[in-house]
Amino acid sequence: MQPKSDLPQGTLDLLILKIVALGPVHGYAIAQRLQQVSRDVVQVPQGSLYPALHRLENRGLLAADWDRTETGREAKFYRLTRKGKAQLETEAASWLRLTEAVGFILNMSEGGAK
Amino acid sequence: MRWWQRLRRRSQMEDQLEKELRFHLDQHTADLMARGLSPEQARRLARQALGGPDQVKEQCRDARGTRWLEDLWQDLRYSLRTLRQRPGFTSVALLTLGLGTGATTVIYTVIDGVLLRPLAYAEPGRLVALQEQTDWSTQWGNQWAFTYPNFVDCRNGSLALAMAGWRYTGGTLTADGKAEYVDGREISAELFSILGVTLARGRAFRPEEDRTGAAPVAIISAALSQRLYAGNAAAIGAPLTFDGKAYTVVGIAPPDFRLDGESDVFTPIGQSADPAMKNREAHRAVAWARLRAGATLAQAQAELAAIGRRLAAQYPASNKGRTFVAQPLRPDVGDVRSTLWLLLGAVSLVLLIACVNVASLLLARAVSRDRELALRVALGAGRGRLARQCLTESAVLGLGGGLVGILMAAIGIRPFVAIWPGNLPRVEQVQLDWRVLLVALAVSGGCGLLFGLAPALRAPARELERTLRAGARAVSGSSRRLHGAFVASEIALALVLLVCAGTLGRTLLRLSWLDPGVDIRNVLTARMALSPATLPDPGRTRAAWRDVLDRARGVPGVQSVALVDTVPMREGNNEIGYWTTPAEPPENQQPLVSATSVTPDYLKVMGVPLRQGRFFDDRDRLGNEGVVVIDEVMAEEAFHGQDPLGKHLWIGLGSDPARVIGVVGHVRYWGLAGDDTARVRAQLYYPFAQVPDHLVRRWSELMSIAVRTGIPPANVLAPLRRELRGATGDQVLYEVHTLERLAHDSLARQRFLMLLFGIFAGLALTLASIGIYGVLAYLTGRRVPEIGMRMALGASGGDVLRLVLRQSLGMIFLGVAAGAGAAWAAGRVLQRLVEGVEPAGPAAFAVTIAVLVAAALFASFLPARRASRVDPVKALRQE
Repeated sequence: MQPKSDLPQGTLDLLILKIVALGPVHGYAIAQRLQQVSRDVVQVPQGSLYPALHRLENRGLLAADWDRTETGREAKFYRLTRKGKAQLETEAASWLRLTEAVGFILNMSEGGAK
Repeated sequence: MRWWQRLRRRSQMEDQLEKELRFHLDQHTADLMARGLSPEQARRLARQALGGPDQVKEQCRDARGTRWLEDLWQDLRYSLRTLRQRPGFTSVALLTLGLGTGATTVIYTVIDGVLLRPLAYAEPGRLVALQEQTDWSTQWGNQWAFTYPNFVDCRNGSLALAMAGWRYTGGTLTADGKAEYVDGREISAELFSILGVTLARGRAFRPEEDRTGAAPVAIISAALSQRLYAGNAAAIGAPLTFDGKAYTVVGIAPPDFRLDGESDVFTPIGQSADPAMKNREAHRAVAWARLRAGATLAQAQAELAAIGRRLAAQYPASNKGRTFVAQPLRPDVGDVRSTLWLLLGAVSLVLLIACVNVASLLLARAVSRDRELALRVALGAGRGRLARQCLTESAVLGLGGGLVGILMAAIGIRPFVAIWPGNLPRVEQVQLDWRVLLVALAVSGGCGLLFGLAPALRAPARELERTLRAGARAVSGSSRRLHGAFVASEIALALVLLVCAGTLGRTLLRLSWLDPGVDIRNVLTARMALSPATLPDPGRTRAAWRDVLDRARGVPGVQSVALVDTVPMREGNNEIGYWTTPAEPPENQQPLVSATSVTPDYLKVMGVPLRQGRFFDDRDRLGNEGVVVIDEVMAEEAFHGQDPLGKHLWIGLGSDPARVIGVVGHVRYWGLAGDDTARVRAQLYYPFAQVPDHLVRRWSELMSIAVRTGIPPANVLAPLRRELRGATGDQVLYEVHTLERLAHDSLARQRFLMLLFGIFAGLALTLASIGIYGVLAYLTGRRVPEIGMRMALGASGGDVLRLVLRQSLGMIFLGVAAGAGAAWAAGRVLQRLVEGVEPAGPAAFAVTIAVLVAAALFASFLPARRASRVDPVKALRQE
């Protein structure tokens, strides 16, 4: 099994926004999905998930409503606000640009810089 | 959710947070169980994955961003609750702080109204005061009042300035056979519009009314309008006889309008009959101006300088070397400034003592809560958080004290202004408004933070474990030292106030025993306005004065009567230069003397002793040789010990010298307090009968009558007034004083300061004693087990008494040592700012220190005695 990597600074917010963008979802489900989608590569300490959610809610990027799950329990469901959507788009774009650039540099053949 | 909603829904949010996390844990556990784990295993794993629930919650709360506000809210409510639980402590603290801030607020309110507030005119920043300035200086400096012709030229020549001029007048109002003297001002037509003052009724003067020969019009004060015409409406258009001339009232000034003091009648300056107004050498007018829109002060200065050069070329005789300058217009408040700052300094000391008192109370509480605080740190409370909570509590206390103080100030401000000695300038501006309230609240909040600092800084309890184990009984050395420092600083502050009060008291005592140089008993003085009809003719004027003297002498109870222009210890003086050789030295090298013109009986009325030669008699009149009488001080200054009799003196009154015919005792002309340090102490008397004809009118406008009586002087006033009304019934006495009253009033400032410093010092002493009592009661209370142990080992009650008193004496002497230096410095300040103060000598210090130490020991005696009666068995059991 590969060692799990820690998330780079600031990317947790981006990932949360992306997952919430797919539809209203509660905290536990976000944790689950993060783990599944990243095929256990990304290690999200669950303890830091909730402060992040509250921070995003406080900044107006997420909104939350109490609703029932399929099993009938009450849970806090997060959804993306308009502001959050805009934020997701700009952050995702800049993240892709950055990774692309980093990828280019890493793929350089030896001496290619000359 | 808005921040205020957060505050209100705090508990709801906590519930939801709890619920959200529980849901997470349950869900995770269920999933793990579904994978085949036992319920216990699943629960444990789920908990592990999430981390400590309290830490997560704490982080979530932080993530909300309004954490500090929520904490503040919580702290506020906690503080209010704990304060309510201890009503004794809270009310003592609030009362102490209330007294401190209340007194400070009262003084600050007066300072704000009198010194800080801008002039009550529209856009006061664009108003300037103009002065004439010469390129030479004399004893009076190099700035002068305006002459009216110069004012008119400047006004007409300036583009940057809209100018207005005014000057002091006064005269007799006659209506329905009654006459009264009122103060007046001659003003130029522009004055009201330049100041931006709207008349209460009617109109200001028109420019065409502001010149000789125009119809006589007058503006009167609202008070006079009430008095004469019973209301403003009836006054407009009404006739007014002022100084023998018939005017028509065209306007009423607003009730609060002051032009350097109150005045009842305003007349156009351009109509003035005074020949001085056409004289380019008579500096009588005040010139003010408003910068026109867009103009700057620098432009105005340049323009005035150009006008000055032009006039100097045009009128070299009067204007050579003379120019004009403009400065921002400021209120003239005289020596009130230093009095007020002194008082603010004194109340600040009281406030500081109050703060130290509350600080030591709070510290005592904090120490007794050490265990609680240590426990909370152990349970994860942040050190910053605990400090913040302490500060919140003291700030709440400070603000509460501030509110109490503001209440006291609101009640106390009017009585305070009422006991102010003499006239408080700008008193109409003194009011408790939001600016003052803001300052008071800021000061009290600041004090709250200040005295909360000590408990807050020690809140992060060090050596938790020891504190928790030590129990509540031990007092750590650092807190005992801090308490000692509090007591010492209270003693030091109180000492400063006590020494100041003592110094002032001694000064007052010394000054009131001084010989004023005149016999102040049974003398009545009053200014006198002759009938306006007699003034134009010098011969008639002299006859009228002779008549006044004759009639006054006939009033029952009057022993002797004299006329005098400047009365000792009253406002008003005439300083002139003199020289003793025929060649007149340049003006700025002439020694000065205060000159008084009198009639022959002056010495008899005033009881001034004749030292040498003779005083004036009826032979000394115009046409005979000019004579003067000088006082001892001038005899020394002018003739350096030679016999002054028969020597000649030149004074500016005529070209001929005057012969010295007598020497009299020195009179404390500048008041009991002020005379020793006065700039001009030499005195000279000259006969009123020898005043040249062309000056008789001017002198007559200034003359006072002084009578010595055989009965209480107040009793002769009514018959005197009746007798002196004159043939036309329009001669009046005004500004009536007894000499005794004038002497008393000359010490009013010293007496007032002593009264207030005395009150403040008493307050300080009381507060400091309470503080010492509180600290010692606390410290000895904490030492009960130790004392019990000592007594069990054989110490007697007396030993314990001495132990406690020794501890308090240590603090007291530290405070006395620190305070003595500060008190010495404060005495120096007093000496510089208050006339007649001599610094406190060692004897005064010794007495003050003795009083202070006695009070402090008395305050420590009660706790000490209680300690000496400790029952050792009970005390040891407490441990």
